[in-house]
Amino acid sequence: MHSITISLFVSLIAATLRLSTPIIFAALGGVISERSGVVNIGLEGIMIAGAFFAVLGSYLTQNAWVGILFAILAGMGIALIHAVLSINLRADQTISGVSINIFSAALMSFLLFKIFAREGQTDGVTQLSYPKEFFKSIPFIGNLLAELNWFVFIAFILAILLHLMLYYTPLGLRIRSVGEHPKAADTLGINVYKIRYLCVLLSGAFAGLGGASLSLGATNLFREGMVSGKGFIALAAMIFGNWKPFGALAASLLFGFAEAFRIVAQGFGWKVPDEVYYSFPYVLTMLMLAGFVGKTTPPAADGIPYTKGER
Amino acid sequence: MKKLIALMATLTLTVGLFSGCAKQESQQPQQPNKPQIRIGLATDEGGKGDKSFNDAAIAGLERIKAEYGIEPQIIESRSADDYEPNLTTLAADNDLIFGVGFKMADALKTVAQNNPDKKFAIVDSVVDLPNVASYVFKEEEGSFLMGVIAGKMTKTNIVGFLGGSKFELIEKFEAGFRAGVKAVNPKAKVIVQYANTFSDVALGYEIAKKMYNDGADVIYHAAGGAGLGLFNAAKEMKKWAIGVDSDQAVLVPDKADVILASMIKRVDTATYTAAKAAIEGTFKPGTIVLGLKEDGVGISKTINPAVPKEVIDLANKYKQAIIEGKFTVPSKPSEVDSFQAPQI
Repeated sequence: MHSITISLFVSLIAATLRLSTPIIFAALGGVISERSGVVNIGLEGIMIAGAFFAVLGSYLTQNAWVGILFAILAGMGIALIHAVLSINLRADQTISGVSINIFSAALMSFLLFKIFAREGQTDGVTQLSYPKEFFKSIPFIGNLLAELNWFVFIAFILAILLHLMLYYTPLGLRIRSVGEHPKAADTLGINVYKIRYLCVLLSGAFAGLGGASLSLGATNLFREGMVSGKGFIALAAMIFGNWKPFGALAASLLFGFAEAFRIVAQGFGWKVPDEVYYSFPYVLTMLMLAGFVGKTTPPAADGIPYTKGER
Repeated sequence: MKKLIALMATLTLTVGLFSGCAKQESQQPQQPNKPQIRIGLATDEGGKGDKSFNDAAIAGLERIKAEYGIEPQIIESRSADDYEPNLTTLAADNDLIFGVGFKMADALKTVAQNNPDKKFAIVDSVVDLPNVASYVFKEEEGSFLMGVIAGKMTKTNIVGFLGGSKFELIEKFEAGFRAGVKAVNPKAKVIVQYANTFSDVALGYEIAKKMYNDGADVIYHAAGGAGLGLFNAAKEMKKWAIGVDSDQAVLVPDKADVILASMIKRVDTATYTAAKAAIEGTFKPGTIVLGLKEDGVGISKTINPAVPKEVIDLANKYKQAIIEGKFTVPSKPSEVDSFQAPQI
């Protein structure tokens, strides 16, 4: 009995980590973009592009790492549209983001048809190989590690790197100052546009990775609709995490846990309607927002285009 | 310069909106000497090339095209908001209009009421109007046979059912499957879980992993894209999976080694039959039910070599018994407990 409880615990944690991973990537992407003052609603669309291009890269080269590289580049490519629209052209960032979501989904369906000559889904491609047996031999946490994939590790490492970058490097200070008070930053000689471009492109790379973690992590193919709103959950996680890398990480894990818990709880055989289980992630979010999270404060210049020299 | 970039960016994004519509076919029949009927079909969001439901519906009309030279007009729906406009468009140019998928029932009802002189056919749902033929399937009968295979193949005496959303339609798969398992292996337990999504592959993977971890060694799915996650979990954990709607071992070739068999739904039979009837002037409104007897559901051609011949023979015996009407397969999960399968 004891070992069964432990294995249930391990599989719950492993499922939480796996389900959180795509959300962590995209939420971190949201953090870096918004910290520089650009709202990025287009995370969902960028994830779709990342998911598709990851499969494409792996399909063309039989190498999943190339797939990941493709996903990063595709994410940056889509993000570049957002950057041009919202930084140079000072478009409404919400509208630009929404149109990117629609555009990206349609473009990927189109490319799917053109490149794979089929619609709906691609064939299976080479996945990232993962040394399951090696991890299994590690004492204590081996059983847990064996259940993960490389993306989980990459997500955590990126969260730490982003935290260090934002709070402990001159570049991070510049990014934060551009997001809080671009005019002051500009007067001090910081190129606001350059910083914002960098951050939006990075956010595209992150969200593209998030897409790749869906199409090469949990499975090995791209299917239309497979992102299914994770980009929007990531936005919520970013706000929930108060625009901080570790906050976004924790919030993403919470969403992942809620999803994993509902899968496990459905197996308990409680006599309640299924809808109760489906609502877990949402109820949990509301409870946390209402009870445990204080006031969240976005960067002061978030969503406001900057015009150089304007009074 | 800035305006030019803005204009180009706007154009790119706008054109992107239409890329989904690029593949419409609207050729009219070329033989003007023969009075021919024109046939239109609107898919649901799955669209052309889903290698499943919509493709099967179109395959039925391809047969019509080969036999009668009638080129169908096909429009894909990108979202539920497209159903009504698409059907209305088709109704303007065609004599027989197909709506594919139960989600289109409401839209088809409205359009059929507005066009009482046109003939309509809906697959997978019932619309009770004097100009609509409704084609529904006995999914429970096909699923029963999958239950027979699963019940015989399980070594742990635990099998799983992964459903998409808890609709009456998907519950027919569940009921038939559980009844099939019960018929050949009363000791076996069936774990049932609904994903509440047909598209989230990652979630399907997680649920399947959970079921396999709980001891299941065969899982049958009726969950569309979420079911693709099941195949991945099966492959990773070296367990068995059973496919649905079409021959999934052919469609997902890299997972064919873990797919025991698939329950196929002959949507092509439905569209072919309806179109043929309309062409020959024998089109009748009402509900047409396609079961094992009518070749509306069945076992896929591809059956995993791991399934012993005795098991296939047993499934075929049950199939024969159902066709002969020796017993009725329950179509609601609540009826499974009282279901008693005859000994075969």
